[in-house]
Amino acid sequence: MKRVAIVGAGMTQFKEHFGLGIKELVPMAVSEMEASLDKGLDRAKIEAAWFGELTTSDGFPSGILADSCGLMDIPVTRIENACATGNDAVRNASYAVGAGVIDVALVVGADKVRESSARGTFWEWAGLTRDLAWDYPLGLVAPANFALHVARYLHESGATREHMAMVAVKNHRHALTNPKAQLRYEITIEQVLAAPTVVAPFGLLDCTPQSDGAAALLLVSEDVVDQYTDHPVWVRGTGLGLDRVMHQHKRDMTSFPPTVKASKAAYAMAGIGPGDVDVAEVHDCFSGVELISYEDLGFAEKFGAAALIESGATTIGGSIPVNPSGGLKAKGHPPGATGVAQCVELFEQLRGHSTNQVDGARIGLAHNIGGPTAVSAVTVLSNQKG
Amino acid sequence: MTSGYVRPALRLMPSPTAESQQFWTGGRDGDLLICRCGACGRFFHPPSAACFRCRSTDVTPSPVSGRGRVAAYTVNHQPWLPGFDPPYVVAMIELADEPDVRVTSNVVGIGPDDVTIGLEVEVFFEQWDDLWIPLFRPAGGAS
Repeated sequence: MKRVAIVGAGMTQFKEHFGLGIKELVPMAVSEMEASLDKGLDRAKIEAAWFGELTTSDGFPSGILADSCGLMDIPVTRIENACATGNDAVRNASYAVGAGVIDVALVVGADKVRESSARGTFWEWAGLTRDLAWDYPLGLVAPANFALHVARYLHESGATREHMAMVAVKNHRHALTNPKAQLRYEITIEQVLAAPTVVAPFGLLDCTPQSDGAAALLLVSEDVVDQYTDHPVWVRGTGLGLDRVMHQHKRDMTSFPPTVKASKAAYAMAGIGPGDVDVAEVHDCFSGVELISYEDLGFAEKFGAAALIESGATTIGGSIPVNPSGGLKAKGHPPGATGVAQCVELFEQLRGHSTNQVDGARIGLAHNIGGPTAVSAVTVLSNQKG
Repeated sequence: MTSGYVRPALRLMPSPTAESQQFWTGGRDGDLLICRCGACGRFFHPPSAACFRCRSTDVTPSPVSGRGRVAAYTVNHQPWLPGFDPPYVVAMIELADEPDVRVTSNVVGIGPDDVTIGLEVEVFFEQWDDLWIPLFRPAGGAS
């Protein structure tokens, strides 16, 4: 298999882009990606594109990408894998380049969540991934599904709502310097605990905002990488893991097995372990999900997440900074774009010019979980070819 | 009846399928019907035409005790569902007959703040036209 490198990365701001549709956001992200290329880009060199996108009212997604970016002569494949869509798009493009079928692949992720009122959004969006017959009539909307897991996690682990709040506070602080982030203000633990309850144990400030945005990457094979940059970021490992959609049979509610499976696959492919990761972008759609993910990714032992967040290890300056971009919590979460944008942040981290730089970062990990907890995608990147 | 519980003005109703019809109508006879595999003997849920464990298609909705425990719960505080006023408890009920089977439902007849993980509950049914929705209340809580 050929080695695959990311040579360009860009994204739009994540925010409420009420004035823009997918067909505007996608070319904005692709143009910024193009501007990041050290040696420029001839768009005619792009041989195929993968477009991570959950749903749009703009029309046929693959066609929108081709049309809005002037890429009418290449195949475009739409990827939809719930909230794991972004990193799964990276995985699919990596396979094609790694297989030697093509040398240059475009990866784009985009979504517009703010198409309708906040109440309607969750109803319509969550309906895409939920089992209407079994859960919805009883009130199991998507946030409630995660809440069940986190409630059980708190019950068994001894972690508290304060530990969840620490995650939210940290990620808001990290977002302060990120011009792409949606929520650039500090919050306190007291504010998190006092915020209105959404679904217990989640208060409003434990939850990701609803966001619009797009992100883009250019992946190339080792054979042509020198034509694009002298400072590539290598795709060292990818993994995708699944679990039952029917949570009725998920025996251990304190762990997300898809994350364990996806990260094991990505670590094995990269030839590293969790202790080798210098910086991570983790799927913190709800504060408690970041805690559980510390354990599933191997950053902490079972029920060790509370001690890890308390120690400050996952803050910038700590031993394993998590979500220097602000994460989903403060940077925002347009699902199809989320995983791709995590890789945009890691691309900048591993080239040493992030707005919230982790000193000397050499290996980065990006993680998504969705469906709501039935699929995970993990990508391991490094500035060393390995 | 269940103490302190008032049925909502409206419920979004499930659309029963060939597999789920008996689950949603078992309450007519007071039965919580959970699919059981004739080949491996295990219960599974939601109902399906084939056992996810052993792939056998010899599956039959079979009555269970209706007793269980709260494995996890959340309290919805936002008005997501029309006619279904918050706060209300959404829970996963681990069935006494087979703890690997958990039924998503509402726990009622108890204040949301009084629900705990491990709470012993029992099923009862709320009829809406020709469907009987299984809900849960604290065990022995019927009056």
